[in-house]
Amino acid sequence: MKKSVSEIAQMHQNKQTQLLAILHDIQEQERFISDEVLHILSDELDVPLVELEGVRSFYHFFSSQHRGRYTVYMNTSATSEMSGAFEVMQAFEKHSGIEFGQTTSDFKIGLYKTSCIGLCDQEPAAIINNLVFTQLTASRVKEIVEAMKAGKDLKVLLRQGEGQNKNPLIGAEIFNNIRQKGPLFFNEFEPGSALKKAMDLGSLDVIESIKKSNLRGRGGAGFPTGQKWGFCRAADANRRYVICNIDEGEPGTFKDRVLLTENPYLVFEGMVVAGYAIESKRGIVYLRGEYAYLKNYLEEVLNQMRQGHLLGKKILGTRFSFDIQIKLGAGAYICGEESALIESAEGKRGQPRNRPPFPVVSGYLNKPTVVNNPETFGCAAKIVLNGPEWFRKMGTAASSGVKLFSVAGDCDRPGIYELEWGMSVADLLKLCGAKDAYAVQVGGPSGVLISERQFARKLAYEDLGTGGAITIFNKTRDLLSILHNHMEFFNNETCGFCVPCRAGNAILLKKLEKIMIGNGTSNDLSEIKAWGQTVKLASRCGLGQTSPNPLLTALQNFSDEIASKVRHDIDYISQFNMDFAIEESVKVAGRSPNLRVEEVED
Amino acid sequence: MEQGTIKITIDDKEIWAKDGQSVVEAARENHIFIPTLCDYKSLKPAGTCRLCTVKIGGRFVSACTTTVSNGMKVENESSEIKDIRKSLIEMLFVEGNHMCPSCEKSGNCDLQALAYRYQMTAPRFPFSFTNRRLDASLPHLILEHNRCIQCLRCVRGVRAKDGRDLFGFVDRGAKIHITVDKTVEEAFSEKTAAAAMAICPVGALIQKGGAYQTPIGDRKYDLHPIGSEIESNIEQSGGSHDTKS
Repeated sequence: MKKSVSEIAQMHQNKQTQLLAILHDIQEQERFISDEVLHILSDELDVPLVELEGVRSFYHFFSSQHRGRYTVYMNTSATSEMSGAFEVMQAFEKHSGIEFGQTTSDFKIGLYKTSCIGLCDQEPAAIINNLVFTQLTASRVKEIVEAMKAGKDLKVLLRQGEGQNKNPLIGAEIFNNIRQKGPLFFNEFEPGSALKKAMDLGSLDVIESIKKSNLRGRGGAGFPTGQKWGFCRAADANRRYVICNIDEGEPGTFKDRVLLTENPYLVFEGMVVAGYAIESKRGIVYLRGEYAYLKNYLEEVLNQMRQGHLLGKKILGTRFSFDIQIKLGAGAYICGEESALIESAEGKRGQPRNRPPFPVVSGYLNKPTVVNNPETFGCAAKIVLNGPEWFRKMGTAASSGVKLFSVAGDCDRPGIYELEWGMSVADLLKLCGAKDAYAVQVGGPSGVLISERQFARKLAYEDLGTGGAITIFNKTRDLLSILHNHMEFFNNETCGFCVPCRAGNAILLKKLEKIMIGNGTSNDLSEIKAWGQTVKLASRCGLGQTSPNPLLTALQNFSDEIASKVRHDIDYISQFNMDFAIEESVKVAGRSPNLRVEEVED
Repeated sequence: MEQGTIKITIDDKEIWAKDGQSVVEAARENHIFIPTLCDYKSLKPAGTCRLCTVKIGGRFVSACTTTVSNGMKVENESSEIKDIRKSLIEMLFVEGNHMCPSCEKSGNCDLQALAYRYQMTAPRFPFSFTNRRLDASLPHLILEHNRCIQCLRCVRGVRAKDGRDLFGFVDRGAKIHITVDKTVEEAFSEKTAAAAMAICPVGALIQKGGAYQTPIGDRKYDLHPIGSEIESNIEQSGGSHDTKS
């Protein structure tokens, strides 16, 4: 039964903070969000029309154009391309008769590309109407397109996944691929045990305990967690928030997905512990739109916790109340940046804020807010349970504890590895069966690309600090194509708010393309270095401050190979490309001009 | 020390700033010019253009969004920072389509004036020759997207009578652009067009009619280079900022 726009808005209390949920419902029902819908919402929510247009156009999964009754979101990350995405995409186009970026004229099928969907160990993968298809092949695509044309329920085409992915509330064709378990994440955990311990300690001692453990944020930035909680608690306010950042968008990362699938109780209990420690009453789980298929399952977990008095009013019979709400993102890598995430959770464009003030002082609805990665919350729960000394015994002196690594690319055993900090890259490569690794991307595109010479380096904050993405490339891979994929990713994902990130990344991508078509000179390489540095220094947030990293670290660590791709006998070749410049005119005229035959002959 | 005043240093010059002021404001009051495109009068700073990038404590930050604090040391006119600023100006020139000789705003354009100040000749970056729209559908206002630098001054500063946003921005990345709410009565008024043109630092918002009342050559920056109105008021011996030789 179709609902009216007003009814949908009503279901979400006509609140702007629920705008993304409202737009999700409308997009799902109508397959697009029309201008008329925005007019109605502008009145219902009392939000300016232009702001609603801004939000609709910001997120990948919202559209003003019909996306088809079945919408295919094909992942185009580097590992997907390496696993045969090109053939799979060709098959989609061939059988549906349209190109990617289009919807069929009968509005049945829409084909769209999207950035990393957190399935790098089982590519090529696509999300179709919230159903996940992994390890796609051209022949399977044929079957899928036929089913879409016939209007069938695609569920019957899904293979069974692994672990909780089999749970009917998830029902995803996903394999956990947990290759190495450790003491923290994938073993027995008795819900409530950490919380009881926290209440025995008292809120201040919980923060003290986290500080003593030396736990640092597991999302990648590595900020000391205890300090963050301490700052937030010290901020003067009548209300505070705890946010779990599940906007795992860095290409190559998928450990949060597996952790949330197999041990959500641990993560959520870590949030409740944080809420108890900073005297907060409300938590928000910001779940990336790509993981929407986990939402019902996670809601059920929250319900179970409420029934067990681990969440909601009067937790464990005390006066402490804390509840958690799940908010769904809608496709935007930038929302992994904590202040952009907060904007998005408030129902706005996911643009980073100017800092200071930091979220611990002024975050969600301008109240002090702790934003942490799910892995961080999981660590915190176990630290409270087992004590900071237990945690510090693991890892290195400067990087305590264990870390989840998402390993993908050219190796025999891609998947999740729970490891103590301090392992060398070489040892990890051995562990995952990467025999002929040539280049390893540590920390995703925003991290560093290292060569064999650096495989002895340690995975730890003091050396190679990382959010845990390890993507392996062997010698058969084309380095420039990988760099191109990563630079294209940043160009697709920059919010466009500040000049260096918006204009600078476009310029860097163009430079790379110049080299790829054989027009590069050594001059271009020094310009990439200088210009990349400017983008890093002048950009407003972490995205722009790291986006030139693929190029800069490749130039540093693969200097010989890249130098071999450019000309050294000549200083300058123009970026100008005649074929490209007249492409549009050729299309209009329907013929190519005869430019090359009679070259100037005087 | 006077109550509520703060001492900061900008390029070896000690100045007094007021509590809560941004570095840009404090500098301006002390006759030191820090270039800005997106920062404008009393509008809440956005930090989109990054031209006011300065170095404080070894880190590059935007001076418009940074509040002064006692003992703060600000690096403003070092060669490193000048080059970053010049780069940013050049990025804007290649990102859009800026044809100064045929632009109504020539001589009144902050971007053009800053390009002169930072002695830009040809941009170091390749032009994008982007394909952008020109929207002349409103009776009094032209939206010339080719010249827009997405500073968001109009978005922040021009509002309808009831306080509603009139301008907004849509899309993201390289496609980001401003838009105007054509369902609001004020979008059609001459007053809005005049306000929009006045707040726009470049020639992206043009009021129809009367654009050439002041001849090129007699316009604001034709007569006084950008920044000179701030720097020329130096009565004390702050000679380092006196550009006249």
